[in-house]
Amino acid sequence: MTVRTLSGWSQPPRARPWPRMSVQTIRNVFSVEAGYRLSDDQIVNHFPNHYELTRKDLMVKNIKRYRKELEKEGSPLAEKDENGKYLYLDFVPVTYMLPADYNLFVEEFRKSPSSTWIMKPCGKAQGKGIFLINKLSQIKKWSRDSKTSSFVTQSTKEAYVISLYINNPLLIGGRKFDLRLYVLVSTYRPLRCYMYKLGFCRFCTVKYTPSTSELDNMFVHLTNVAIQKHGEDYNHIHGGKWTVNNLRLYLESTRGKEVTGKLFDEIHWIIVQSLKAVAPVMNNDKHCFECYGYDIIIDDKLKPWLIEVNASPSLTSSTANDRILKYNLINDTLNIAVPNGEIPDCKWNKSPPKEVLGNYEILSCTFLHGPGARMLMERGSYDEELAQGDGADRELRSRQGQSLGPRGGRSRDSGRTILTTWK
Amino acid sequence: MTLTVLKSTSQGSWEKRILKSLNSMCTELSIPLARKRPVGEQKELLNKWNEMGTDEPDLSLFRPVYAPKDFLEVLINLRNPNYENGDSLSFRTHLGLIQVPLKVKDIPELKEFFVELGLTTGQLGIDDSTQVPPELFENEHVRIGQKVLAEQDSAAAQQYIRQGSPTALRAELWALILNISSQPEDILYYEQLKTNVIQHDLLVDSLIYKDVKLTASNDDYYFVFEDYLYQVLLCFSRDTSVLGHFAYNSASPPKSYIRGKLGLEEYAVFYPPNGVIPFHGFSMYVAPLCFLYHEPSKLYQIFREMYVRFFFRLHSISSHPSGIVSLCLLFETLLQTYLPQLFYHLREIGAQPLRISFKWMVRAFSGYLATDQLLLLWDRILGYNSLEILAVLAAAVFAFRAVNLMEVTSLAAAEAVLADLSTLKVMPLLQIFLFATVT
Repeated sequence: MTVRTLSGWSQPPRARPWPRMSVQTIRNVFSVEAGYRLSDDQIVNHFPNHYELTRKDLMVKNIKRYRKELEKEGSPLAEKDENGKYLYLDFVPVTYMLPADYNLFVEEFRKSPSSTWIMKPCGKAQGKGIFLINKLSQIKKWSRDSKTSSFVTQSTKEAYVISLYINNPLLIGGRKFDLRLYVLVSTYRPLRCYMYKLGFCRFCTVKYTPSTSELDNMFVHLTNVAIQKHGEDYNHIHGGKWTVNNLRLYLESTRGKEVTGKLFDEIHWIIVQSLKAVAPVMNNDKHCFECYGYDIIIDDKLKPWLIEVNASPSLTSSTANDRILKYNLINDTLNIAVPNGEIPDCKWNKSPPKEVLGNYEILSCTFLHGPGARMLMERGSYDEELAQGDGADRELRSRQGQSLGPRGGRSRDSGRTILTTWK
Repeated sequence: MTLTVLKSTSQGSWEKRILKSLNSMCTELSIPLARKRPVGEQKELLNKWNEMGTDEPDLSLFRPVYAPKDFLEVLINLRNPNYENGDSLSFRTHLGLIQVPLKVKDIPELKEFFVELGLTTGQLGIDDSTQVPPELFENEHVRIGQKVLAEQDSAAAQQYIRQGSPTALRAELWALILNISSQPEDILYYEQLKTNVIQHDLLVDSLIYKDVKLTASNDDYYFVFEDYLYQVLLCFSRDTSVLGHFAYNSASPPKSYIRGKLGLEEYAVFYPPNGVIPFHGFSMYVAPLCFLYHEPSKLYQIFREMYVRFFFRLHSISSHPSGIVSLCLLFETLLQTYLPQLFYHLREIGAQPLRISFKWMVRAFSGYLATDQLLLLWDRILGYNSLEILAVLAAAVFAFRAVNLMEVTSLAAAEAVLADLSTLKVMPLLQIFLFATVT
């Protein structure tokens, strides 16, 4: 799909001398050796060091660091329960880097030897190279003292992360699924992020079973379309996908409105927290914006878990509906990143008018939502957080005088904008 | 126009046709109508009970016994042999496909019947949209719904649901209105049906499999629930308590005779045991319910009750106001009376409107509307205890797309304009058609 097919865009006539820029990786664009500098009218759809968020090991490192910092500051967000688990920031499954944290991992593994863990290569996508283990012997070769394979030296061992496998995912129709949500970030400092309302669920074609005999069956455990589409039962009409609105209807009908609202609030919360975690280390180049693919799994207690963030979510389509969704996604993304369809100017204030949001909704007003917000309001430390908030939150400070009420009304339900209009 | 006339002439011959089709399939494929499963097969099926969708029996030789369009042909050929010229004069000018002069409501009568759908009454599906503050209607409506549930008042629930049900209360409200409460004996009954399925294989089972695979499995909303559909429909076909509804149905259950005893009543058995032969799309009656109930025996009970109260009328011939014949006539009359230009135009180009809308009504719009909209529609079916709203909605859809339809010049083009209903909002359409159009 070319830019040309989106309304309002046209290809420049060949005659005019446009600075030619061959398609390259973002690393090359920003590398010191290339000596290339983006001019004011050029913007690019990646941040130079997006891997701080999108590499599995770095994402976990940054979140752990962020949590520790909050703890040091004494922030109420970093509060823990009696078991030492973060109350508001426990949204990533316990994760270790291999081979670096191998011994730490073994210690944790021995605490609950019947648990299952999932091994993921740090730098791969589409489910490649992922496998499940439930015995230490299955990952011997990542042991730092490994003498088993003498020809495999430390440096050539591929970096993996190992996470506690969520073996109690919420099942619908007996099948495991995950959520793919699109999040657009136009700047990290101040944090301006938007969530696409039209996310979707990806279902496995095979019924879920935690049985150890099926640990090797990727069709049971991995929801990536790249994997599922090779399954026998893959259907090309619906592609095993549900819209997030379907999910919402199903959960409201079977579980109730409050718990469903709470679930979606938590999802928004963890997206924003993950962005806040990497914001300090991101190269917030003004030429950059990025549309991430967030993968979230919901467990059977309706708790959402952040699995990973993708910098280049697939923009190909597996079904007709998919094609429409991705078309609109690209269209809405470009409308926010490059306002009014004019020649970009990276110096603009990155505050798009509300009319161009399309199917995006603003996420930046983070502290007003989710479990952390509820806690803050109870404590009366609301004002303090606002004061620490970033630029996008500034406009809400002027409304402090109004009664907070039940979190500003209609932002909980399907199809309603997250940015609350205080009544 | 009496029930008996229709019953003896057309329903009878239609039933004979269906049965003949079933029997010939049985002979052609050399498959018995019913057989006991060997123990090994029983065990296998029991293990697979929760994932029958993964079974891949060879269904290529099975065809649905009939599809809605076959049934439409039968309805089109219905005539009342007792028709007298003195009967409703206006009927002589009826230009639709249905040629049976049943009494149907006009818009003033519909406005009275559906008074709670009026412009000044709050509705879910309209007054809970993002632009409307919830204090105006939604919050209070939810509160009343909770009260109705707390008091377990079935009649009040039926009245309440005319304005739509909040998503979180719908499952309980429907159960209350349908008088379903999952008692231990209900769960036991379902388990017995399940045992029946495990022990005996019926030819109709293959028809059910095929139907699910052709319809629900390909549906964007319902594919997730494929396995529940087998669990419900296979049990349904063995449920002899369903035979009870034939007492008020003009149809009679198909009968089969033990080999060699043809015609001897004492050797007659109903086939399938519940007397209902599934047609193409039948599984779509169950699919939307999976959004509300995930406990198999509860899902089963709700479906069964919905079937014997409402759905059976959509594929049997009768003169009942909620019967499919009346609905077709109501639809055509509404169109011809209130949208005459559109009606004549479509007729001219060989696109009789009923040919397009029939399939929507037979399926109660399942698989055509988005699920949240469908559930709002079925709320009103329960609330008014009538299927007439299906005909009104069908007419409202035509009215909504009238401008585009006036420009088409063929049946295929008309079908294309009306192919995708998934973006329609049901309640505004109904309200505008009934209460905001100049009649």
